[in-house]
Amino acid sequence: MEFGRRTIADYLRAYDEGQVMAQSVAQTTLDHIASVDDRLGAWITLNTEQVLEDAAAIDKRRREGNPVGSLAGVPVGLKDMICTKGLRTTAASKMLTDFIPPYDATVTAKLRQADALILGKLNQDEFGFGSSNESSVFGPCRNPYDRKRVAGGSSGGSAAAIAAGHCPVTLGTDTGGSIRQPASLCGVFGIKPTYGRVSRYGVVSFASSLDQVGPLGRTVGDAARVLDVISGHDDKDSTSLQFDVPNFQAALGRGVDGLRVGVPKEYFQEGLAPAVEKHVRDALAFIEQSGATLVPISLDHTKYAVATYYVLATAEASSNLGRYDGVRYGHRTGTSVDSLEDLIARSRSEGFGDEVKRRIILGTYVLSSGYYDAYYLKAQKVRTLIKRDFEQAFSQCDIIAAPTSPVTAFPLGDHLDDPLKMYLMDILTIPASLAGLPCASQPCGFDSEGLPIGLQWIAPPLQEERIFQAAHFFESKTEHHLRDPQGETS
Amino acid sequence: MDIELAGIARLARLELTDEEAKRMGGQLSAILSYVSTLDALDTETVEPTSHAIAVPTPHRADEVGNHLPLEEVLSNAPKHDNDSFVVPKVV
Repeated sequence: MEFGRRTIADYLRAYDEGQVMAQSVAQTTLDHIASVDDRLGAWITLNTEQVLEDAAAIDKRRREGNPVGSLAGVPVGLKDMICTKGLRTTAASKMLTDFIPPYDATVTAKLRQADALILGKLNQDEFGFGSSNESSVFGPCRNPYDRKRVAGGSSGGSAAAIAAGHCPVTLGTDTGGSIRQPASLCGVFGIKPTYGRVSRYGVVSFASSLDQVGPLGRTVGDAARVLDVISGHDDKDSTSLQFDVPNFQAALGRGVDGLRVGVPKEYFQEGLAPAVEKHVRDALAFIEQSGATLVPISLDHTKYAVATYYVLATAEASSNLGRYDGVRYGHRTGTSVDSLEDLIARSRSEGFGDEVKRRIILGTYVLSSGYYDAYYLKAQKVRTLIKRDFEQAFSQCDIIAAPTSPVTAFPLGDHLDDPLKMYLMDILTIPASLAGLPCASQPCGFDSEGLPIGLQWIAPPLQEERIFQAAHFFESKTEHHLRDPQGETS
Repeated sequence: MDIELAGIARLARLELTDEEAKRMGGQLSAILSYVSTLDALDTETVEPTSHAIAVPTPHRADEVGNHLPLEEVLSNAPKHDNDSFVVPKVV
């Protein structure tokens, strides 16, 4: 079997049949990544020693006939926002370059309980601030389909590592599109669950009312398996939802017969690349021929979403990043300072990159005395209007389908001088984030340069199953997810 | 739209070089003028949304839980002594 094409089921079968041992899988995979990742930049830190010990323990339990977890011996990678006990967690920032968490994030602990092999930590934009993975202090993550182009962001490494065949599944985080957009640009599946479905405990905070962890995978089924493992209420995250978690894998194979698929006209307007529109419309036509009904819908306030998001997300980020003070953990200035205040300001100024400073200042401004009502409160009210758009739409349809990103992967450096232009790239992913809805991206075609195009699915709150149902159907009838970028996965 | 960059940076505990301030000032003005497109919407009677999925705040028992040992709490501190973080003299 080709190295990079294995699904979770393939790994589990190989273990069951005694074809491979987890320790050799861990070693081979780490060796492979170490030999090829220079040209990609998907990984920040490899979990070289610990993962071999973990793998040996899993092998021993299997050999002795003891029970193992549902992901036993499956290699996974984690975005570097997600804390791993004893393994540095940097958020791709100079501020946290030497931070070694003394505890696991809840999602990390759940993956360990399921006996997944945690290979290491994946590249991203600094603190998740970006849509191209170019603001990482460790350098950009490149796109496996064209290494002169971006992998997308902020979870660029999480998407690129799968596309390049390093591992079948990863975890990313999504605040305004940070799972879906890189999934789209790298041609993989990625889902942001309903806000609160997955615990945020131990995940570096960006904007707490929007942040959500989710899985990316080569296949829809693999992502469903991982979401089954990481979902559920956590006492350590009071915003995590107390609803029962369905078995997401059970939604696979249901087909699309009778499914009402809403198509929002605002997502097909100017700025959408012709190839993206064509392939998404072709996918919709195919889904309609397969028994679904397409319902034209309108999400009237879509054009206000980016402005709303950049007020709310920067405001929350400026508060969240107040914790980095050069005192308890994180970068501390080496220059001599006279006061605690200077120590804090100097440490922060040295530790944060450009985009982080820009967002902290914007967030501080919109929260500052005299501007709070005009910006922050206003944006919270528009958020209500955006949320209502979706509530209205879901009275007419079961699920919404649209493009994920208006364009395919763009060249490195293209938007670095114009932050606003970069922000506007997120126009199609931000609205569902503001409404807290589950949403995903899956590959649905390639443009004339061979770059992947993403189809986005958006479902009502807690209805991730509908996404798995529809996306799995489309995947099972198409071969976009099987494309091998430039022989990367061989 | 000009913003009081120096004052805001001070509130945010950031020191900006002149070059940074100049570049960022222009970029922030462009972003804020884009944000002002929200003014076109009448939101007089609209309730604000702070969390997308409204759920009651869960309560837990008021009991002491497990906490990190002091040694681990201090393990990432840039400067510490036996039982505390060390900072420049405050008073």
